[in-house]
Amino acid sequence: MQAILENRELFWSGFVTTLSLSVVAALLAFVLGTLLAAFRVSPFPPLQGLAVVYVEAVRNTPLTVVWFFMVFALPLLGLGLPTFFIAGVLALGLYTAAFVCEAVRSGINAVSAGQAEAARAIGLTFTQTLRFVVLPQALRTVVPPLGNQWIALTKNSSIGAAFAITEITAVAQRLSNTNPAQVVQIFLGAALAYLAITLTSGGLLGVLERRVAVLR
Amino acid sequence: MSNQAVLYDRLGPRGRRNVRIGTAVGGVFVLLLIGLALWQLGRSGQLEAERWAILLDPSTGVPQGILRALGATLRAALVAMVLSMVLGALLAAGRLSDRAWLRAPTTATVQFFRGVPLLLLIFFAYLALPRIGITLNLFWTLVVGLTAYNMAVLAEVFRAGILSIDRGQREAGYAIGLRKYQVMSLILVPQAVRRMLPTIVAQLVTLLKDTSLGFVIGYFELLRQGNAYIQFFGSRYGLQIYVGVAAVYITVNLLLSWFARWLERRSSASPRTAAAASTAPELDAAPAPD
Repeated sequence: MQAILENRELFWSGFVTTLSLSVVAALLAFVLGTLLAAFRVSPFPPLQGLAVVYVEAVRNTPLTVVWFFMVFALPLLGLGLPTFFIAGVLALGLYTAAFVCEAVRSGINAVSAGQAEAARAIGLTFTQTLRFVVLPQALRTVVPPLGNQWIALTKNSSIGAAFAITEITAVAQRLSNTNPAQVVQIFLGAALAYLAITLTSGGLLGVLERRVAVLR
Repeated sequence: MSNQAVLYDRLGPRGRRNVRIGTAVGGVFVLLLIGLALWQLGRSGQLEAERWAILLDPSTGVPQGILRALGATLRAALVAMVLSMVLGALLAAGRLSDRAWLRAPTTATVQFFRGVPLLLLIFFAYLALPRIGITLNLFWTLVVGLTAYNMAVLAEVFRAGILSIDRGQREAGYAIGLRKYQVMSLILVPQAVRRMLPTIVAQLVTLLKDTSLGFVIGYFELLRQGNAYIQFFGSRYGLQIYVGVAAVYITVNLLLSWFARWLERRSSASPRTAAAASTAPELDAAPAPD
């Protein structure tokens, strides 16, 4: 315990780094993932193909490999990124976008065809159908899987420890090197910090989920 | 495509024209992206055939090394998969138990390991376990970390699967006099596994990808092998070797997903199986209850 208390500022800054890395990456993942999902359900084969290839390739590649690309391969192309934090945001965001795309797409598919047919039957245009009938239902179905992606993303941000980002896991690793006798306590402290994020998010999401649930 | 049914009606002439225009614009956009990528690659000399040849030329030893490292990756993944499935099933059984003294600790275990990053668990196994007198080699350190995390995730998958089975199934089991463990093993688990198969396989794909975290502690798997080659041959081959490593992961994971889909088709092609068919052939015509 002592090691954590003595280094609480370092611990706190690690916690803040984990959170900010996760939030910025989540925003990127959400925007890009929704765009990819739009490509996938669009009637334009080239865009569908682009989204399919992106999702399948990224989903089946380990995040660690994606991160290596950002940190070590991009500079070889003359596209080096200014900071490790930005490389981390890109790796996490680009990786999670593939999963967000799948979540959003399955949300759109979960809206029954009768809904859109009914919308067309009463004369709504394509945009109106999307805006008033399909998307409101799809977004609600998408809340639980998107929430799970957010939780997974916060946990995945720990990989930043291997790529020179001083977030919680890196702090725990550093402190356990300087205080070898208190390794177990240090790691429990780091675990609690993550649980504070993941369990709180899980609880809030549960509430949100019940609030917006679509009754079928 | 089935997902088109929701959003679009059959198109009229104007709609078809719009789709053609959109397709053309989208095609140009995709071609531009590809062109930009190729131009950037070519400008930095990454497209030279000699750089890519290293991945396939056996005289460099790279293909053999990558295959060997793939073996190390698969070994760790397989052992962790088996262990976490077994422990996950036990934890799920504990969480579904009627006894509070069994339910509480298993629930706490599952929530803890599910809410913590895998990398933290691997670091814990690597740095902290030796401190409390448990010394493992690199292989088992990685496997312990992978198992601790994935058993908790799989326990939740199993539990959700069992809870998703229609209540009538369980009640019918009790009604014909089965005991709880019989209802579980004969009625609920077989249906739950079939229903959760896609989720289980998705988690196994994740596990396989996560073996790449072994590089952090120095376990010699695919990614570490790739990095070793980059150090040996120089960063001149960096991009190519990363692409090669990624391609191996993608291939193996796609094969795993295809296998799962095949398994799913096979098990749903023989639904309610031979027993139901032989005693009550008319049931075959009825729609599946799920």
